[in-house]
Amino acid sequence: MSAASLIFTGLFYFAAAVLLAGLAWKIADYAKTPAPLLIPTTPAPTTTGGVVLRMAREVLLFESLFKSGLWLWAMGWLFHLGLALVLLRHLRYFTEPVWAWVALLQPFGIYAGFAMAAGLAGLLARRILLERIRYISTPSDHLMLLLLLAIAASGMVMKFVFHTDIVGVKAFFLGLMLFDPQPLPVDGPLYVHLSLVAMLMLIFPFSKLLHAPGVFFSPTRNQVDNPREARHLSAWAAKMEGK
Amino acid sequence: MAGPEIKAPEMRAYPLIPRLAPGAMAATKSYVANEKVQEEIGFPGKLVDDWHDKAIGKMGELLGKYRSLKVFMDSCVHCGACSDKCHYFLGTGDPKNMPVARQDLMRSVYRRHFTLAGKLVPKLVGARELTRDVLDEWYSYFNQCSECRRCSVFCPYGIDTAEVTMAAREILDCVGYGQKYSNEIIGKVHKIGNNLGLPGPALANTLEGLEEDVLEDTGVAVRYPLDVKGAEVLLVTPSADFFAEPHIESLIGYGKVFHAAGISWTLSTKASEAGNFGMFIGNYEQLRKIAMRVREAALELGVKRIVVGECGHAWRVAYSFWNTLTGIGEGAAGGKPDPFAIQLQSQLDHRYRQPMHICELTWDLIGAGAISFDKEANDHRIITFHDSCNVARGSRMGDTAGGQFEIPRNIIRAVANHYVEMAPGTTHEQTFCCGGGGGLLTDDLLDLRIKGALPRMEALNLVAGGQGVNFMATICAICKAQFSKILPYYGFKMGMVGGVHQLVSTSIKLGDK
Repeated sequence: MSAASLIFTGLFYFAAAVLLAGLAWKIADYAKTPAPLLIPTTPAPTTTGGVVLRMAREVLLFESLFKSGLWLWAMGWLFHLGLALVLLRHLRYFTEPVWAWVALLQPFGIYAGFAMAAGLAGLLARRILLERIRYISTPSDHLMLLLLLAIAASGMVMKFVFHTDIVGVKAFFLGLMLFDPQPLPVDGPLYVHLSLVAMLMLIFPFSKLLHAPGVFFSPTRNQVDNPREARHLSAWAAKMEGK
Repeated sequence: MAGPEIKAPEMRAYPLIPRLAPGAMAATKSYVANEKVQEEIGFPGKLVDDWHDKAIGKMGELLGKYRSLKVFMDSCVHCGACSDKCHYFLGTGDPKNMPVARQDLMRSVYRRHFTLAGKLVPKLVGARELTRDVLDEWYSYFNQCSECRRCSVFCPYGIDTAEVTMAAREILDCVGYGQKYSNEIIGKVHKIGNNLGLPGPALANTLEGLEEDVLEDTGVAVRYPLDVKGAEVLLVTPSADFFAEPHIESLIGYGKVFHAAGISWTLSTKASEAGNFGMFIGNYEQLRKIAMRVREAALELGVKRIVVGECGHAWRVAYSFWNTLTGIGEGAAGGKPDPFAIQLQSQLDHRYRQPMHICELTWDLIGAGAISFDKEANDHRIITFHDSCNVARGSRMGDTAGGQFEIPRNIIRAVANHYVEMAPGTTHEQTFCCGGGGGLLTDDLLDLRIKGALPRMEALNLVAGGQGVNFMATICAICKAQFSKILPYYGFKMGMVGGVHQLVSTSIKLGDK
């Protein structure tokens, strides 16, 4: 195995470990932190089933963002939908044989790459051009969009300009999953693409990307509006009743 | 105060998002609480020497106690969905009044002290040390948020700036940097029983006078009882209802409803205040302590039902928090034996919602045909309805989601002939705050209050001009007080605002007339 293959093997094990452990730690932290008061933004569903639907609309359709404004919603949704399809398309590098629905998805995944890049470019332009959004942006906000754009661009370069030995790439990732490391094809754009992806994985649990697990724990969205019917009391607040 | 020379911003037919005016409201600071006010409710009298460490320690404590705060600190992506949604931003143009920027005043410090990225590369992620300047900025801008939650409607992660503001005020209080207006009021509630400091004998006098006035007006002996043991209903209402205009007109209305329906009721000296400023300052202990007065009054008076008058944040506290805080409601905490809740539950009549909003009570009576109206008596009014933020986005009425919008409107349509809706996007869940909620209804913030009222005034102006609206009904004591003060700055008549039960009062038929 070449030095590059060894480095990428180590990098991806490390990145995967940080991503999984970091997210698990964060999710556990959110889950164990009490929510002492019922604060759903009303009107809110009065049943658990209703809350599941509300969360589904929020996560899949970005309902609240839609209420906020059409342009931001369109760009944000386009990017996330594109990203989701692209990620699903990439499952073909991790499954052998490739699952039928992943195979079916392949052509859509290509368009999705463009959608993702277009959404990201729109979001970046908005951050730079709109006075209000420029004001609230930190350097990391810009860099995050640039990182995602670079990932999308390097991926599309491999698809449309400098073809990559995807059979070799697949062997590399299957090897990683089976703890039987295989060499990575020597390929500049691939190295760039994979380095950026590893960086994204490493940053994920320490950045605003935590909005992904966070939304599921948001009390204003995930609480049932039933305060009169069910008594809701957190452990630390219950202690006051003993006094 | 400097009243008349403050000019209201221009009302526009097609409101635009303002250009940023950095620092426009930086100097706007409500009065800081003095030592007496602070110490009376258990906070340090003045800024403590080790305020930095204490503030960071308190933030850590709150992050461990409130999932909302923890998740909200991490989740924001600076998308800006909220950036043009706050009435204070729309009225002032100060970028720190954009909800995201207001949150970032705290988030920047959170990142510095509680996240790896903020410790390693603070500049990159916008992390800041909590300096004295930052603390002053907190005081200034977290006391320019009315906790109305409008921003939370539009946030893709449901981030609620009110939760962040409450946490910030709690931290400020704990380091001895509290706000005079809210903290003084909390002191009064504990000492005298209500926010306005109206002692028991004065209250009894007021109610007696009210009975005489109503008798003179209507020829009917409507009662306004106080501390009557064994009454069916305990009415808890904002103390402004006892003497402020137009609030008192609604109190007259509640009494007429009870009279016409033949329900025995009482007010309580001990719980002569529905408002709960404990929520505004984000302090759970105060929130609970203030709410407990209602439980105690209910137990002492032996009432069967607890009904809440027209007060926005009080209804949020009553509807959303009372069951948690005081056991006014149904169910047992955690499904386990809950003697604290059972003690009161066994006394209350569970055929009725507990607690109940006065609008729910009135609407139920209308539905049952128990009260009737001479609608023409309201014909001089063309009415619109201003949804109060805490009712709209922090509570419910009736049995279905959105009842808090329908029931007050249904009542208005049942008691009056002319009703007009303001523009979509300014009502229901997207309603604009009056500009004076959340502990900001103080003259030292008059400039902010006038500017913050702009979005509502623009919406009102359209229906006033177009459809001749001359009455804006609302069900919140703060909205009523705020609008009474602000309307003239925008060229409207002060008396244009009033309660829903003021309309009820005008047209209700009192049986024994």
